[in-house]
Amino acid sequence: MRIDKTTIKKISHLARLEFDENSAEKMSRDMSQILDWVEQLNEINTDNIEPLTTMSSEVNDMREDVSGTHLNHEAALKNAPKRDAEYFRVPKVLE
Amino acid sequence: MVSEEIKNKYQLVIGLEVHSQLLTNSKMFASDASDYGRAPNTQVSVITLGHPGTLPKVNKKAIEFAIKMGLACNCEITRHNVFDRKNYFYPDLPKGFQITQDKGPICVGGTVPIKLEDGRTKEVLLNRIHLEEDAGKSIHLAGEPDTLVDFNRAGTPLIEIVSEPDLRSPEEAYAFLSEIKKLVKYLEICDGNMEEGSLRCDANVSVMLKGAKEYGKKVEVKNMNSFRNVFRAIEHEHIRIIELLEAGEEVISETRTFDAATGTTASMRTKEDLNDYRYFPEPDLSPVVISEEWLNSIKESMPDLPRELHQRFVEKYGLPEYDASFLTESKEMALWFNELCSKTKNYKSASNWMMGPIKSYLNEESVQIKDFPIGTDSLAELIALIDAGKVSFTVASQKIYPEMLKSSEENPIEIAQKLNLIQESDESSLMPIIEAVLAENSGKVAEFKSGKKGLMGMFMGQVMKKSQGKADPKVATKLLTKLLQK
Repeated sequence: MRIDKTTIKKISHLARLEFDENSAEKMSRDMSQILDWVEQLNEINTDNIEPLTTMSSEVNDMREDVSGTHLNHEAALKNAPKRDAEYFRVPKVLE
Repeated sequence: MVSEEIKNKYQLVIGLEVHSQLLTNSKMFASDASDYGRAPNTQVSVITLGHPGTLPKVNKKAIEFAIKMGLACNCEITRHNVFDRKNYFYPDLPKGFQITQDKGPICVGGTVPIKLEDGRTKEVLLNRIHLEEDAGKSIHLAGEPDTLVDFNRAGTPLIEIVSEPDLRSPEEAYAFLSEIKKLVKYLEICDGNMEEGSLRCDANVSVMLKGAKEYGKKVEVKNMNSFRNVFRAIEHEHIRIIELLEAGEEVISETRTFDAATGTTASMRTKEDLNDYRYFPEPDLSPVVISEEWLNSIKESMPDLPRELHQRFVEKYGLPEYDASFLTESKEMALWFNELCSKTKNYKSASNWMMGPIKSYLNEESVQIKDFPIGTDSLAELIALIDAGKVSFTVASQKIYPEMLKSSEENPIEIAQKLNLIQESDESSLMPIIEAVLAENSGKVAEFKSGKKGLMGMFMGQVMKKSQGKADPKVATKLLTKLLQK
């Protein structure tokens, strides 16, 4: 399956990645190859087979509704690129 | 302005998406608390903040709450549940994706009954109810170069109740939203507070020519923080879209934000073609399988629903629709009334007390029925006093009831005796009073006998005066009639 430049552009926008012209070309080739390889799966007949969502067969791994330990406020903000005493700060988002 | 005639050419079509924050103690996939109004970024965990290597785990209570809502709306409950990732970048979404349910919502279909203006009931069709996690809160302050982010709300469990495009007017949308709020509060799964954002509503609005087979292009309106604003936003979009159509302009499928100050909407996103969420199954969560036993135990824990109580009040207690609607407006009121009805058989009188004196007190004092100072026992006794002819309703409501409000210690009989309010219904003690009144008014008696029947009221007035208001009107009328016929 051929991944053209328009698709690369769209995917890179969605993933917030930037490429120069040459890298985009290489990326397009690589992704096409990867998809070609994965497309071998199409050779298998999957009619009447439920989609597999997890590798484990475990179900109902749930928690009781009990409030537990919190991350200390300072620790929570520790890795923020920008912060103040209370909040994470990010470049202004305009709707 | 669009004339009524032009407006009538078109049909308004509305679908609502209602997000309801669940009243759990902890978050959807992590154990941090989900209380409202705490200091910023104090109710967070490594899971909520999306730190690498952390794994989510499903809150069992949130599943049960969603199922309760589904059962209340007659939805089909999905037995094998998986979650999906909805991928997008926004600063209040730390993981870069929201865990939600895309293909397999926990509740499918269903209906919500609403009362129409003409008194009929309409069963509004639901598309689905699904579970998801809330995002954090972005704060945009004027004059501030940055956006501030608080992650306390991130990960709070939500159900999203999605209606079919089955609503036809702002009034219907308002009624639907009221009904959802009433239901979640009856079920005690959400506090239903739109101002604090625990109940949020987006509206999908479109307009088509009447009789058209296909819906028009729909516009999604967000940011309405009250019932009133949902109504206003829909009204505004209704007219705006008609104006576009009349001018031959294209309606753009887009998301618009409502401005409460002006009552208008503005476009939020223009690049909607890039709004590709690339849903895929969340591999970090094992499926949630709802067994027959689990479902049954949730069914057994279901409280009486407003429509069930409404039906009981009409059918078992013989109350008018109006009374039943008033009494089921809140769960607390309905249950209080239901308890009262286990102690009196005069259901209509009980209902009148609720809609009259009790409602006035609750309104004046701005309190809920749980803080009402009179118990159901005492009120039932008061109703019994009236029914036995010991006091009139007027005396009960104006003299005894105010005393009962002041002191919950004394029962109505004690108050009536203390204030000397018990009606004289004993014929032998009323007879001398009536005889005296007739003797003092012999001229009027003669006039009465010659046909001036209107004088009865005057005689009664005199009897009441002489008895200091304590004569039982029924007994007094009977004795008066008897003596005057002699």
